[in-house]
Amino acid sequence: MKPPDASRAFRQCRWAEPLIYEISSDGKIGHMVPMPDDEELRAVGDPMGCIPSKLRREDPPKLPQVSEVEVLRHFIRLSQQNFGVDTMPYPLGSCTMKYNPKFCESLASEDGVRMIHPLQDESLVQGILQILYELSKFICAITGMREASLQPSAGANGEFAGALMIRKYLKVKGEPRDEMLIPESAHGTNFTSAAMAGFKVVRLPLDDRGCIDMEALKSAACKRTAGIMITNPNTLGIFERDIVEICRIVHENGGLCYYDGANLNAILSKCRPGDMGFDVAHLNLHKTFATPHGGGGPGAGPIAASEELREFLPVPLIGFDGERYHLDYGVKYSIGRVRGFYGNVSVLVKAYAYILALGREGLKEVSEIAVLNSNYLMRRILEGGGYELPYPGSGTRMHEFVLTAKGILDSHGVSALDIAKRLLDQGIHAPTIYFPPIVKEALMIEPTETESKAELDRMAEAFRRILEEAKASPELVRGSPVNAAVARVDEVKASHPMSMRLSWRSRAAPEAKSNSAADPRHSAG
Amino acid sequence: MDGGRPFIPNSSPEVKASMLKYLGIDSIEELFRDIPEGIRIKELDLPKGMSELEVRGRIKGILKKNVSMEEMPIFLGGGAWFHYVPAVVEEVVRRSEFLTSYTPYQPEASQGILQALFEYQSLICDLTEMEFANCSLYDFPSALGEAARMAKRVTKRSKFLVPKFSNPQAIDTLASYAEPAGIEVLQVERDLGTGQIDLEDLKDKVAEDVAGVFVENPAYLGFFEEEVEAIGEIAKDGGAIFVVGVDPISLGVVKPPGALGADIAIGEGQPLGNHVNFGGPNLGIFACNGLGLLRQMPGRIIGMTSTKDGERAFCMALQAREQHIRREGATSNICTNEALCALAAAAYLSLMGPEGLRRLCETIMARSRYCAKRLGEIDGVKAPLFEASHFKEFAVNFDGTGVPLDAIHRGLLAKGIHGGRPLREFPELGGSALYCVTEMHSKGDVERLSRSLAEVIKGR
Repeated sequence: MKPPDASRAFRQCRWAEPLIYEISSDGKIGHMVPMPDDEELRAVGDPMGCIPSKLRREDPPKLPQVSEVEVLRHFIRLSQQNFGVDTMPYPLGSCTMKYNPKFCESLASEDGVRMIHPLQDESLVQGILQILYELSKFICAITGMREASLQPSAGANGEFAGALMIRKYLKVKGEPRDEMLIPESAHGTNFTSAAMAGFKVVRLPLDDRGCIDMEALKSAACKRTAGIMITNPNTLGIFERDIVEICRIVHENGGLCYYDGANLNAILSKCRPGDMGFDVAHLNLHKTFATPHGGGGPGAGPIAASEELREFLPVPLIGFDGERYHLDYGVKYSIGRVRGFYGNVSVLVKAYAYILALGREGLKEVSEIAVLNSNYLMRRILEGGGYELPYPGSGTRMHEFVLTAKGILDSHGVSALDIAKRLLDQGIHAPTIYFPPIVKEALMIEPTETESKAELDRMAEAFRRILEEAKASPELVRGSPVNAAVARVDEVKASHPMSMRLSWRSRAAPEAKSNSAADPRHSAG
Repeated sequence: MDGGRPFIPNSSPEVKASMLKYLGIDSIEELFRDIPEGIRIKELDLPKGMSELEVRGRIKGILKKNVSMEEMPIFLGGGAWFHYVPAVVEEVVRRSEFLTSYTPYQPEASQGILQALFEYQSLICDLTEMEFANCSLYDFPSALGEAARMAKRVTKRSKFLVPKFSNPQAIDTLASYAEPAGIEVLQVERDLGTGQIDLEDLKDKVAEDVAGVFVENPAYLGFFEEEVEAIGEIAKDGGAIFVVGVDPISLGVVKPPGALGADIAIGEGQPLGNHVNFGGPNLGIFACNGLGLLRQMPGRIIGMTSTKDGERAFCMALQAREQHIRREGATSNICTNEALCALAAAAYLSLMGPEGLRRLCETIMARSRYCAKRLGEIDGVKAPLFEASHFKEFAVNFDGTGVPLDAIHRGLLAKGIHGGRPLREFPELGGSALYCVTEMHSKGDVERLSRSLAEVIKGR
């Protein structure tokens, strides 16, 4: 028999699934709960009677009424209308959409993880405390830092914690510094996290290598400088070669250095933020350490600190006295908390399992192949022409690379957005587009180490084919996607006050077709 | 190690060699040449890798040192609560198309999670009777922090009022969010007998510089806050934003924040189909009323729209509030959120419907009252401590027994029961602990607790 025809187009599943409200009908119920027995009711009377009359709900909530079978089928059908790493390549730049090992999932759903309470007596949770303790030590080893807190829920929550630590450090030292230096290429969260922690943001331009402009840094660094926030490699996928000098300049001016770990997947076992000169760093376990992104979360954003900053970490840390593990609240200048309890524990367990499985040699290979894959794919796409590499002087890239489709837009009227949508038609998730904003018509591509050469070749071939289409029949690309669950979505209409509809019962949107162009502005982080 | 790794297809020596050849380089090291020699390391100080089976053995071995709710009745709440997670919910969140996707930046390829999150927002709006809900924040404490900052942005005022005996972790988190924004957090007194907020003290404190007033119903210590509506009126008369915290489960029978005058409703959504997981991940519920507040709301929001062919579709809405567009002017820095927990909540609420939720509330209230009653029958035990109606949690005071709190806690543990959380942070409550009873605690568990407690107190 012949193998399946590879040229046959991909088709995403399409169910035209109604909203759960539209399959509701009165009297249906999807789940039975245990009811109190007669003795209990005799003892306490009508349970509803204990709600003060002022607080009794007059009408039951208008939730849908659906049977169990219908609920299951509804959500399974919805799931089939979603791209995921388990079904296709997902080269979303800066998001590190790598394969999420299945055994990590099953270990995190053990009752010893999911059915334990954060306020349990420490003697009954020694197992989970050991895992968290060991993970925090792994994170120190990986980052070259002294101590780590696993508390932050995600990268941005870690950034906020780190910025608060810098704020508190300066306060304790009695230094009123209020400026945070952030390069133009940074993730959007850096700017917001710094502002939320009370800093003024000073933006640093890039030089013609795509790296921080050293002259600009020297003139920006001053006695008002609280610190600098840097991703390295940066969002162009370029390693900041002057990183040691950058940290030195900031330190000399009395500021601190914050490392955004979103791009750590490029440098595991090669170099560490602590050795570069950073004082505080967060990691994104859902990126580098392979925990699934869950449609947007949960992630985990542990924060690690140098010797000088460790006494500012959020509490509690996990301690070990040689015999027992415990929650350690004795952190002298702790910033307190950035969320409840100890972090996204089930995510932390998955990352712990992943690190154990790969070990030191495996993590080294993660970064090596991530960088190899990225350079291989970049070269394959560039050799087909059309797409161009900004900052070409910096030749190779690390785990990700940014191309510009400006030439294709100028010559054929096909934008980065159009290219992204056309990729969906071939069963490939789009790259991050229009980011970083310093690159026009940006396509930010991160294949990760978990894509095979065959998939990389297929991706390169898809980019080449789209270029051919842009030349021959640009309307085909502009009209894409045609194989995704739905045609191009009008994103402007979703936010326009006249047509906005943000819940089932809110004002219905006018039915008229909208001709406005979709908002092309997307980003990742 | 030679011969490739299971998660890294191109780690096989043959494939690697062919890719290097294509790139015209001899070694992968050449790709790392931008890293200065001075900071290069040889290897990480980590253990050697292991097989899947070995990792499984190791982790399962460590986890045996935990005692879970499956092995021992645990009467803890206070920010994380044991509730049953129906099998259908587990099936839905395990679906790898949901699990292994990310933020739906490409709506055409992500209609599944977009529609599910739109449904989540709609279900939260129905449950709370609020106009707009976002599609998740990290948890309740961070939602409280975000609410205070939002109240400041809207009112340009700088004080935020919280009641005494609030969740200490939420208050600590609030402090982290509030301080850099120049928000001062002040406490409103409570009546020590009934637990209710002191309305006179509140009136005194709602001055013209108060941005927001927070109240939680049921309160952290489990009792209903009877005067929510009156509190809201005082807040609004003073020009402050009224923030109401909820237990979403209770809204099956309790008047929703939207009907009590809330401007912002927040809550911990973990009980809606998410396991406790040692305190995370959680689900920060955040909803508001009015377009003015909507534009200041933190977090992602999903909207209904149409395709270019006029068909119904979903995508992210109002992104101009968010960090990736607005940078330092954004309403919040949140990017990765708790979408999968929101998906669980959507499946959970769809299964329960209004009737399922009502029955669940009935069971919870009957069982927790039954528990309080049985405990209160023991000499010297005051349960509940406050003279008020309670939902699923209640404070129990042991001062009359003459037995120290710690001895009671240890005594119960020795009998295979985990009692409530000692309330040491509120010394004015004496030797008290916060007990929680849900549908996960059987009547037998409750009876065992009361029997064991009586024995511990009698010194047996």
